[in-house]
Amino acid sequence: MASWQQRAVALARQTWAAMALPFVSLLLALLIGAIVILASEVVVPGRAFDLTLPFTAYAALFQGALGGLDPIVNTVRASTPLVLGGLAVGLAFRAGLFNIGAQGQFLLGALGSVTVGVALKEASPFIAIPAALAAGMLAGAAWGFIPGFLKAVSGAHEVVTTIMLNYVAASVIAWAVSGPLDQPTSPSPITDQVGNAALPVIIGQNGHMGALIALAAVFAVGWLLFRTTRGFEIRTVGANPDAARYAGMQPRLVVVLTMSLAGMLAGLAGATVVLGVTHHMTASFGTTVGFDAIAVALLGRSSPVGIALAALLFGAMRAGAPLMQIQTQSLIPAELVDVLQATILLSLVAHELVRRIFRLQGVKAAVETTDTIGPAYGRRPGIR
Amino acid sequence: MDVVIQFLYSIPVLGLAFQLVGYLAEIVPNIAPIILQNATPIALAALCGVLCERSGVVNIGIEGIMIASAFVGWYVGVLVEPVLGGTPSAFFGATPTLLVALGAALLMGMLISLLHAWLSISLRADQIISGTIINIAAFGLTGYLNNLISQTSPEGAGAFVRFTPPKELANVPVVGWIGDMFLRQGPIGMSLIVVVIVFQVLLFRSRWGLRTRAVGEHPRAVETVGINVIWLRYRNVVMAGALAGLAGAYLSMEGTNSFQQGMTAGRGFIGLAAMIVGRWTPIGAFGAALLFASSRALGDSINFFPPSGELGNLLAQLPGQFFDALPYLVTIIVLAGLIGRSIPPAADGQPYEREQAAL
Repeated sequence: MASWQQRAVALARQTWAAMALPFVSLLLALLIGAIVILASEVVVPGRAFDLTLPFTAYAALFQGALGGLDPIVNTVRASTPLVLGGLAVGLAFRAGLFNIGAQGQFLLGALGSVTVGVALKEASPFIAIPAALAAGMLAGAAWGFIPGFLKAVSGAHEVVTTIMLNYVAASVIAWAVSGPLDQPTSPSPITDQVGNAALPVIIGQNGHMGALIALAAVFAVGWLLFRTTRGFEIRTVGANPDAARYAGMQPRLVVVLTMSLAGMLAGLAGATVVLGVTHHMTASFGTTVGFDAIAVALLGRSSPVGIALAALLFGAMRAGAPLMQIQTQSLIPAELVDVLQATILLSLVAHELVRRIFRLQGVKAAVETTDTIGPAYGRRPGIR
Repeated sequence: MDVVIQFLYSIPVLGLAFQLVGYLAEIVPNIAPIILQNATPIALAALCGVLCERSGVVNIGIEGIMIASAFVGWYVGVLVEPVLGGTPSAFFGATPTLLVALGAALLMGMLISLLHAWLSISLRADQIISGTIINIAAFGLTGYLNNLISQTSPEGAGAFVRFTPPKELANVPVVGWIGDMFLRQGPIGMSLIVVVIVFQVLLFRSRWGLRTRAVGEHPRAVETVGINVIWLRYRNVVMAGALAGLAGAYLSMEGTNSFQQGMTAGRGFIGLAAMIVGRWTPIGAFGAALLFASSRALGDSINFFPPSGELGNLLAQLPGQFFDALPYLVTIIVLAGLIGRSIPPAADGQPYEREQAAL
């Protein structure tokens, strides 16, 4: 029987092993971000050089993300679609699939919700909200089903098909919002408000209940992956499709199912944004959620809890970015967050190097994907 | 003749297909130069992909390389213009500034490719993830810098000018429009076909090409006969980066004369699809790029010069966004239809680990 001290030490070791590399990566990103800020001061002519600008910027970023109840609510609100989108990418990673199409599934999910939400805007919230959420999930699942189906039937690599579908989704949105869903009284293409289908605010000024949905999804995906036969099949197909087939599983079916489930999660992300935040849709409706979701899934190492934590980090950056831009008089555009994200990922991928430089020992690998993602577009590794 | 055509057009349902063929025959000679212009960045991206994957390195960061090179080409033009200046020459309106900017764009492409090569060849990182990071970083950094720089709305260095072939050429029956297609281009568009043919010959008829293909199929065998796999992969990936850089330079220095955020609009990825459809050969990839590019040019031409008759009425009912989505839809359909018969190099995407000498 281990004493509680030994257990505490073991727990601390495990936490260090899991967190050290992401933590060092974050510090490294902030350092490189500071260099980018200083360099960009040189690039833009006609400005006095200010050595403290990185500190001003990061202080504003922190304040905008965590300085008080409203900033924290904003962070959670920005994290909600990232959790769901990250799960959509991470679940596909588990099956050896690279779902770059979270963006398109997100857009279609938002479109599905806004369509049903507007139709049911005067119905009881108890009917309107579940119906609108379900519509978003269905639309997202349908958009995820397409690349899954194409991969299973013809072997078309999901990396290319999902990216193409992202662009198609943007066109579908533009068409729907300026055509069938357009509000004739408004000069620019915009849909009606979702009315009673809007998610109720449960905390602060605008903290809608989407966060609870995301939390539930984290547990649901964790349960699916690690407590069900289907989840075992998904992980087996991801680890070794040939072995999965010899064990009597059907990799093709698993591919289609996983992509549809991933699409459903990304669609739900779109639903929470449209029902919880914007309450309507414009033709240019589009965020970076789908692409941030890839970063989130990589940083969270495709584990549901890791994804939730990574989403909180990136959500905090997104929530703090506007204040940073304002407090630095637009000296630092909000896109700095993209630079920080990319640097975090870069140091995770180059983890061998980071480990050597910082002498990190006994630390888990940073990015875990399965071998089936890398090789080959055309062939069907094990999926025949 | 006209009577026959009228009869063919009037057949129910099938007549629509004939009308479409008739419309294409009428419109394609006119839009052929535009098709090649649209195809240029896609084909260059596809060539970059062919070179990388023939050497066994998957590169989905092409999109990111293109946007970074487009930005660098434009911004170096902005910086150098006050220093070098110069009036446009007769040679495609080239100025010293434009040439320096073009060089900078190519260099940028090679630098980013070097990063990808280092991550995927030396560090043996997951190549798809390495490419994704390049995309995220390139879009983030160019967006960030563009946002900063455009606050002062700087004066750019302009763009290369397209050559205008004599009118008589286009009027030559049957083949005239093909000549017009390849000559009514800027310097990058015009050199595309040369680049494609040179790489096709080199890849399949030269010692370098044989080695490159072998490295993509069976690196260990190549190492056994004394060729340095790592070095060859590095060299090819960096060279391919220059092609992606050229594709980016086309966007901001020939297709347009400025930089817009996200102006690549998926062309790097369409290039990858063209590579697959073209079965990892330069000529095939070029053909596929033409196919994808023609769907966009066709969409535009249907918008502006709608066909007459039944077909026109039918097409008029389609929303304009359908034609925006057309290139992407065509890519998906062709990819799904052809893929089973398109086989990538065997060692594609697999990092190479040198065998340790036995002690």
